[in-house]
Amino acid sequence: MPEISDINQESARLRAKTRLFTGIVIVSNVSGNSALTHGMKLLGDIGNSPLALIGALFHPWVALGVALLILWTLTMMALLSWADLSYVLPVTAIGYVLTALSGKYLLGETVSAEHWAGIVLITSGVILVGLTTPVTTAGQVPQ
Amino acid sequence: MKWIAVMILIASTTLGDVARARGMKNHGEVREFHPGAISSALWALARNRWVILSTCSMAISFFSFVRLVSIAPLSFAVPVSAATFIPETILARFFLRERVDWRRWAGAGLIAAGVVLISR
Repeated sequence: MPEISDINQESARLRAKTRLFTGIVIVSNVSGNSALTHGMKLLGDIGNSPLALIGALFHPWVALGVALLILWTLTMMALLSWADLSYVLPVTAIGYVLTALSGKYLLGETVSAEHWAGIVLITSGVILVGLTTPVTTAGQVPQ
Repeated sequence: MKWIAVMILIASTTLGDVARARGMKNHGEVREFHPGAISSALWALARNRWVILSTCSMAISFFSFVRLVSIAPLSFAVPVSAATFIPETILARFFLRERVDWRRWAGAGLIAAGVVLISR
């Protein structure tokens, strides 16, 4: 039987690791999506052909967006190797708030009363889920 | 065209996220992050069926998202993808067998509602 202090230490270690990786996931997702959208806007409507989509990947802003989204994918995969999906997805949703706020402060977009209400709802949802234990499946080995 | 892209986006994102979580749980906790450890983890994951299924779904999800932001504003594309919170939380409970308490259900609902408001 493991000592109680070992269990506490283990859960503190996982919490700290979860916090660090969650931060990287959020920042790389928000900046990756912004760079990708900026690039696609510069390119305009490129139509439906797969070749045009692949060609778009060579646009510098699109390429930067894709690089950041690859970083996002890898950190997200690492995070999911120990933390619950039903913890990770809601907590990283704070990215929606950051996207809205960056629209306001970086691009000078107006934030309406509805937007502020949405920001409050998302933030409270994130806090609520953030209060739960990130790992509830430890010891289970799914097939 | 817009709504077809939306439906493909939601279905492929849900499948991609859930399969990825399943594959990563099967792999076990990633503990080391030096280049050698990362490449051997990636090599193991490249042969993990759930991760392969997830990667295919994510590719579909990515291109439908790229397509969507080229025909609709980001302020539409991002919030509409928040519909995935509900099926993914249900699958996390019943397929991944995570303990989803009332705070997680309420949180997922609040976030989905909030994302709809933020998009209008």
